[in-house]
Amino acid sequence: MAEAPNIPDEIETRAKWGDFAFTPDNEKLAKWQIAKYPAGRQKSAVMALLDLAQRQVGADTKTQGWLPVPVIEYVAAYLDMSYMRAYEVATFYTMYNLAPVGRYHVQVCGTTPCMLRGSDDVMAACKNKGMAKGKSTPDGLFTLTEVECMGNCSNAPMVQINDDNYEDLDYDIMTRILEDLAAGKEIPVGSQIGRKTSEAEGGPTNLHAMVEENHDYRGEW
Amino acid sequence: MAFDFLQDKDRIFTNVYGFQSWDLKASQQRGDWDNTADIIKRGNDKIIEEMKASGLRGRGGAGFPTGLKWSFMPKEAPKDSQGNPRPSFLVINADESEPGSCKDREILRNDPHKLIEGALIAGFAMRARAAYIYIRGEYIMEAKVMEAAVQEAYDAGLIGKNAAKSGYDFDVFVHRGAGAYICGEETAMIESLEGKKGQPRLKPPFPAGAGLYGCPTTVNNVESIAVVPTIMRRGAAWFASFGRENNHGTKLFQVSGHVEKPAVFEEAMSIPFRDMIEKHCGGITGGWDNLLAVIPGGSSVPLVPAAQIMDAPMDFDGLKDLGSGLGTAAVIVMDKSTDIVRAISRLAYFYKHESCGQCTPCREGTGWMWRVMEKMRDGDAEIGDIDTLYEVTKQVEGHTICALGDAAAWPIQGLIRHFRPEMERRIREHKGENMVPEVMEAAE
Repeated sequence: MAEAPNIPDEIETRAKWGDFAFTPDNEKLAKWQIAKYPAGRQKSAVMALLDLAQRQVGADTKTQGWLPVPVIEYVAAYLDMSYMRAYEVATFYTMYNLAPVGRYHVQVCGTTPCMLRGSDDVMAACKNKGMAKGKSTPDGLFTLTEVECMGNCSNAPMVQINDDNYEDLDYDIMTRILEDLAAGKEIPVGSQIGRKTSEAEGGPTNLHAMVEENHDYRGEW
Repeated sequence: MAFDFLQDKDRIFTNVYGFQSWDLKASQQRGDWDNTADIIKRGNDKIIEEMKASGLRGRGGAGFPTGLKWSFMPKEAPKDSQGNPRPSFLVINADESEPGSCKDREILRNDPHKLIEGALIAGFAMRARAAYIYIRGEYIMEAKVMEAAVQEAYDAGLIGKNAAKSGYDFDVFVHRGAGAYICGEETAMIESLEGKKGQPRLKPPFPAGAGLYGCPTTVNNVESIAVVPTIMRRGAAWFASFGRENNHGTKLFQVSGHVEKPAVFEEAMSIPFRDMIEKHCGGITGGWDNLLAVIPGGSSVPLVPAAQIMDAPMDFDGLKDLGSGLGTAAVIVMDKSTDIVRAISRLAYFYKHESCGQCTPCREGTGWMWRVMEKMRDGDAEIGDIDTLYEVTKQVEGHTICALGDAAAWPIQGLIRHFRPEMERRIREHKGENMVPEVMEAAE
């Protein structure tokens, strides 16, 4: 597990988030999530609702959000489960932030497949922009985390920033991404070297007909 | 002896690269959802027999025969304490988190209707009333596509009441994880689906007896389910015509690391390693003489030194014979520039990070093994520590509820088995003993 988060002062947190409630839009989404599970099994939606709550906190604070204790209490009460059962979930899964993060949560994958293709350089690019692992920059713009395998191994190295993946990186590309983000520029997501997805660089080695048209191969069976 | 490469017409995932739309209309043009009701009308047992005959072995890593797994589901719904029948569930494992694995992602975002149609056919065959697709939390865009595809299928009447006009009622739901490798273990996934922290359950009872909400449940990998509709349309014999005996079918391979062009691609099972790398990945960086070792099935399987893997068939049995495994067919290639001890130590860190903390050998052992591996990187150890390390991996292996303990132990065992001389060299070098510099070679 990562280093223990620096959880903000409880009295302040309670003063700020004590009357947290879902917005009407999120209330609708919460009900939709709960309806996925059989009657009486609403607890199954706790992961989705914690995510929803974290995103709402993020929208309120113009960051990627986190889960203050009163917000976890709210979600637990919403699902008629004890606070501790919800807290157990919030602390078990890495995507729930237990302390505030910045506007951009920069999650660099450092596991072996990315390491082999230069994740050290991606990390170095972040550090040279004043970022430190597990910390937010003083301007609140970036939070840097080293994460475990994100499942983009054939497009390594990669970083996930907020909800988007940036793949096929190197030091210079990563530096440019961070600068563009800070400048508020739009950046294309996915491969940064022109690959569509995970086909070989320069063009796929198979299924060429699919590149130009939605080919139906059944006639060739 | 030239290998018969898979032809495009025999590829199941024709939109694997996402050059075309994932949506229902485009998927139907490619052949998905084509008279699904006819397949369902064959009946539960016929479908399961066809699956057994196809030889499909689970694509999530363990390679258990899929048709056989389905046949463990009860034919008569078991009753609860009030005498009411319990429903059965299909859980689709899209918690793709094994380092090196990145194939299910392409199905989820580029060919989602194959998975939904497969869920209906598989769910019907095993008499399930609904499927839950458990997608790892980090696959945010992939989950959005999947949710949208499920909605399209509902809107078109392909799932839900009288799904695809088959007379069978079947629901499909998407459940997102939130960052925990362990939830890829089937009982941890069930716990997580129930809204708990994802810690594996003791078995028995097995999920087919008591799984999600205590009901009969089968957990299958995304790829295992998504190939079902094509197997039904083209027949078991077609699928079984690829690959060696006991290793049949086509398979999504994922190559990462030191090849010229890393890629995901579908190939016939049993493709020789060298042919696969030459055709689909542009060769090894620096040429074949520069190959050091390969982790052929995702981080959990032991590495294989260059000389042994070069001409090995990429299938379950071929890699088992080399003391490794096919796993998810996530092939991590390492050339001679690799710090092999660091590469494995980084995996040790991964398992330490992902241990759920339930079983002591894993909770304590993964941290211990990682710390010792970090010392081995610099050679800051004694020669005897290598034996102690090996001994500890043996104490972790087989002594935990789930296979994460084994998965943490095997990469280190593989390293010691094949690269002990390199580990010893670092220790001697650290002690300042005079050593003639030599090219790093595998022990064999």
